[in-house]
Order: sequence, then structure tokens, then C-alpha cells
Amino acid sequence: MLQRRHWIAATTLSLASLALPAIAADEAPDALVKRISGEVLATIKSDPAIQAGDMNRIIALVDGKIMPNVNFTRMTASAVGRYWRQATPEQQKQLQDEFKTLLVRTYSGALGEVKDQTLHFKPMRMQPTDTEVVVRSEVRGKGEPIQLDYRLEKTANGWKIYDLNVLGVWLVETYRTQFAQEIGAKGIDGLIASLAQRNKSNTAKAS
Amino acid sequence: MKPLISFLKFALAVTALALASCFATGPDANPRDPLEPFNRGVQRFNDAVDDAVLKPVATAYVDVTPSPVRTGVSNFFGNLGDLWSSVNAALQLRPRETAENLMRFGVNTALGLGGLLDIATEMGIPRTRIDFGQTLGRWGVGSGPYLVLPFFGPSTFRDTAGLVVDSNADLLGGVDRVANRNSLYTLRVIDKRANLLGASNMLEGAALDKYSFTRDFYLNRRQSQIDDMIDKGIGLGNGE
Repeated sequence: MLQRRHWIAATTLSLASLALPAIAADEAPDALVKRISGEVLATIKSDPAIQAGDMNRIIALVDGKIMPNVNFTRMTASAVGRYWRQATPEQQKQLQDEFKTLLVRTYSGALGEVKDQTLHFKPMRMQPTDTEVVVRSEVRGKGEPIQLDYRLEKTANGWKIYDLNVLGVWLVETYRTQFAQEIGAKGIDGLIASLAQRNKSNTAKAS
Repeated sequence: MKPLISFLKFALAVTALALASCFATGPDANPRDPLEPFNRGVQRFNDAVDDAVLKPVATAYVDVTPSPVRTGVSNFFGNLGDLWSSVNAALQLRPRETAENLMRFGVNTALGLGGLLDIATEMGIPRTRIDFGQTLGRWGVGSGPYLVLPFFGPSTFRDTAGLVVDSNADLLGGVDRVANRNSLYTLRVIDKRANLLGASNMLEGAALDKYSFTRDFYLNRRQSQIDDMIDKGIGLGNGE
């Protein structure tokens, strides 16, 4: 019951925590997630404008701190699935832009929920040769703790997040069915149009 | 006869009747959701009920009730749930979660004004909510097809069976006076919906198709809860 309100907060925290460019390329993946989530959490807590849902401030936070640590191309590509290769570079760019807007708009409304939650990281087992890892954490507030996991991949520019798990559900997997359904019925341009339409009505609702 | 169970039986009877004629076929059918046409219909019905009654009532409840009171109400019902979670943890042979949930119930009932205050969380005793559907899943019962129940929402064949057991164990069923009992049932439904207001607004914004989004989220979430308990194994270990 309370749990649902918490997972909104948790999702918010998680998006918030995808933040800040890596200081060093060899920073360990769990250390990276821990550092950026702490920093972004502090930013949200100290900025009433963000908590009140000021879109410009939120987008600035996302672009400045979160996106540099995310491989958003990979995230979009795996959500689109096998159709990604059939898309033109222009369509791929549009898909990424609309998908990002959808996620930012969806979760930004919940930023006011971030109050007294704290993040706890679980110990990570990792081999030095690993190039893909899962970092597990928990958001603790009132009631039941919220599971919050990240998938990261190793790149030349440090570790990058490419998927997110809230309450045991991976974000990319959830969107894969949504996207496949749209593409199956209306093609890639149809999916882009549906995303744009969804973003437009979300904007209208917010204002 | 406890009213909640009668109500559930009614919902199940309607479902069973309607199911007879509604199996989805064709290449697009989702293997986890052979009843999709039926389920979509039930979800439309549930959404209509929600729009007309439940959501407006829950919104009004949030508007007129001070936040500490609502927290107390949520804590009270959550506390009753902890006792049943404890039983289910025991059925899964997990002494740790059994003890934690039982301690939560004891502490909050005795020191937290009958469960209105959640002192156990402040003491650092975590809640692990477990229902009977999860217990069945933990011992290998497959989920069966996805099923949207009238009034009760997303479920599966297994979780519907679990829900029947959960309802029989419902502590509110033990409240003697019918009027008091029905008031508590109603308050619990409103409390639950009120806590979901944020999530449901978010769902509207996040999904391209609300039906399949809800379904996939529900099925994946249930499976991960069950896998989590299987990973922890029997006994005190935590699977790390």
C-alpha cells in the first residue's frame, strides 16, 4: 500500500542517481552508482524548484548529471529490439529523443516524494575481467524497502548504466513489449508518432 | 459467510462464466496471456468503476484527511498484513522473515497503539510482505495464464487461488459487528486506492498501452518476488 508511493520515490531516486560524469574511468561500478546517487539526492533535497516539478531545472539535472553516465543509445536499442537495425539513423535519433522525454516526464512528477529515504548498497561480487555487472541497492524509508538495481557496461570512458530495475522489474524489458506492439501495428514511424503523442498529452496534463 | 469472501466468489463466478467463450488465438497471442480479449474487457470495466467511484472517493479522502491520520490508517492495515506475511514466511520455511514480521506485528500492536504507529520500522525491523500466491509459487506452482479479476484487478490463475486463501485468513473477517466490519473493508479499499493515486497517474503517463504495461509489470514483479525467496533458500541464509 504505502509501498506503491515509495516505488515512485524510488524510481525517482534511481533516475536521479544515474548522474555526474565519471571522475575517473577506472572507478568501480558500484562506487560510481553510490557516488552519483548520493550527489543527485542531495541536489534534489536542496532544490525546492526541482521538488515542485520545475521541468527546466529537472531537464538540466538529467542532461548535466545523469545522461553522461548512461548509454542511452543501447537502452533505446534494446527496448526497440530487433526492429532497431531496420530503423534509419534519423529514426533512431527520434526514438531516443522521444523515449528520453517520456521517461523524464513520467518520473519528474514524483520528485516531491523524495524526502527521508536513504540508499543502501548490497555487496557486489565482481571479477576484474567482467565487462557487464549488476549493482544492487535498496531504498529504505517507511514500510517495505524498495529494490533498485542497475545494469552497467564497461566502456573506454568508464562504466555506463544501460538498464534499471525497480521492484524487480527491468525497465527495458517492460518497454520492449510496448514498443513491439506499436511497431507491429504501425511500423517504426508509427511508434515514433505514438511516443510523440504520449509526450504531448503528458505535457498538456502537467501544465 | 464473510462478505469479502462472498464478494470474491461473486467476482470469480462472473469470471468463470465469461471465460468459457474467450480464448485468444492467432499469431499475436501472448503465451502468458491467452485470455487477452476477456482481460481487456474486464480491465475496461474496472477502469470505468475506478473513474466513476473509487478514484474520486480516494482523491476526496486525500483532500479532507490530514496526512498523519492517513499514515495511521495505512499503518493499521499494514500491521494486520504483517501477521499473515509471517504465516506465509513460515510456510516457506524462512525463520528470519517469520520472526521479523511477527515481531513487527507484536511491537506495533503493543507499543504502536494497535498498529496506528509503525514503531517497528523505526526500530529497523524490515517488512517482507508475502501472500499465499507467492508461497504457492515458491514451491513450484506455475503462475498459469494472466487473469484480470473484476474489482480485484491484475492476477493469474495461481494468484487467484492464493487470493481465496488470503481472504479466508483476513483478520477483518473476525470483526463481529457487520456494520463495523464493512466500514473497515471500505476504509481499507479507500486507503489502498489513495496510496496508489500517484502510481496510477504515473502509469497513465508512462504506458503506450496501459493494459500490456500493467500486465507485464505485474507478471514480472510477481516472478521476481518469488525468485527472490527461492534464492534465499530454506533457513536463515540470505542468498548472498
